[in-house]
Amino acid sequence: MTALADTRILTGRSLRHITRSPDTIITTALMPIAFLLLFVYVLGGAIEVGADSYITYLLPGILVITIASSVSYTAFRLFMDLQGGIFERFHSMPVARPAILWAHVLTSLLATYVSLAVVVLAALAMGFRSGAGIGAWLAVAGILGLLTLALTWLAVIPGLTATSVDGASAFAYPLILLPFVSSAFVPTDTMPGPVRWFAEHQPVTAIVDSVRGLLAGETAGSELWVALAWVAAILAVAYALAMKAYRARIARTR
Amino acid sequence: MTAAAIEISGLRHAYGDLEVLRGVDLDVARGSIVALLGSNGAGKTTLIRILSTLQRADAGRASVAGHDVAAAPAGARAAISLTGQLSAVDEVLTGRENMLLVARLRRVPDPGAAVDRLLARLDLAGAAERRAGTYSGGMRRRLDLAMSLLGDPPVILLDEPTTGLDPEARREVWAAVRELAAGGTTVLLTTQTLDEAEHLADRIAILHEGRIIVDGTLAQLRALLPAPTVELVEKQPTLEEVFLAVIGAKPAKEAS
Repeated sequence: MTALADTRILTGRSLRHITRSPDTIITTALMPIAFLLLFVYVLGGAIEVGADSYITYLLPGILVITIASSVSYTAFRLFMDLQGGIFERFHSMPVARPAILWAHVLTSLLATYVSLAVVVLAALAMGFRSGAGIGAWLAVAGILGLLTLALTWLAVIPGLTATSVDGASAFAYPLILLPFVSSAFVPTDTMPGPVRWFAEHQPVTAIVDSVRGLLAGETAGSELWVALAWVAAILAVAYALAMKAYRARIARTR
Repeated sequence: MTAAAIEISGLRHAYGDLEVLRGVDLDVARGSIVALLGSNGAGKTTLIRILSTLQRADAGRASVAGHDVAAAPAGARAAISLTGQLSAVDEVLTGRENMLLVARLRRVPDPGAAVDRLLARLDLAGAAERRAGTYSGGMRRRLDLAMSLLGDPPVILLDEPTTGLDPEARREVWAAVRELAAGGTTVLLTTQTLDEAEHLADRIAILHEGRIIVDGTLAQLRALLPAPTVELVEKQPTLEEVFLAVIGAKPAKEAS
């Protein structure tokens, strides 16, 4: 399959961008680890979440923040490709066109998994413990991978449409803040009415609750299906909008 | 099959109300170098972008190596190589990695050997292991050109290949283009500078107000002017000749 081979070649190229500047992975993991330290050792003592240790409660939300900060690099790399002219070079070559965007998306997926692993290791060092079996860990990896795919396709949109580097990466800020208004840091039942309603009905809560349940070794409940439905919906919408932005971009006439 | 490597007929393109191409007709014979001459905004880049399948024409047709760019873009892409105004190299990768990337995407057999050959030919072998981001303007343009030559595409499109280059680097690019055509490759290049067209091209086509108004050899173009009168004038060296003499340059390699 020529499209698969093209995707592999182009993914190899953008992975090399990451290995050339490993700071992208370190920066991605640094902020979530700083949040872990801050919430566990500074604020955590005053936060009441029940019987669990706070870091075990906190980690799923921190993983969502890791994904949100990781995918913004896709917007950055795509933007730089468009600026430099190499995007057009690929388009004027006998290269399967879907491979050009998929290479960026797969690069993001792999880089995000590495960042997630770094954050989990840091959490283990800080006292995070899980009794979950291999199956539950795989399920966690699966749902976080799907979320990464969905948010990466979302990141493709500013990557294709932004007019400045800052604009290309700025979309991630709301994504990073969304976990704060969810069950990621504190249980939602401490929040006042409208905020609580929002927190309980936004995707981060469903995702965080599912991951927390899986890591605690509980059998998957309805929140897992709600989380999967959210992620699938975000993925479908983001992919459709990204393809629309892509078609508009390659049809653009200067 | 026809003998022309590029055939353009009745090509039109407008940006909103602005008609840039108003019925362009042009044939480029196989193995020739044709310079497309025109002032800024004459539509040269638009024409190149249509030929390289990056843009669609509003009307008319264009084909490269027998592949219609609108109906069979995949075939057209396999037959052409584009070097645009932006040096489309990956600054993070080294010169060699840039070359290998394109070689693999074009499925060049034995990519390593093909890359080494072209790097040597364009005087880049010494800089091959350095990141392209550290290259000078002339080196980047030569790398860009070298990337375009991988896989021996029969048609090369060069959009202002020497814009922004110093005279030395420009001569290096010219030498590379001449060598290409000698090897049977068809070259269509755009330029704003008349001496580039004069130095390089077998034929010159002038694009003006959306049409090709003149198309011929330099001799044919000269014949369009009134017969020359003979005057005795001291020939002053051009500043370019002075510059090249002072820095002692033959087609020099860049040191950095």
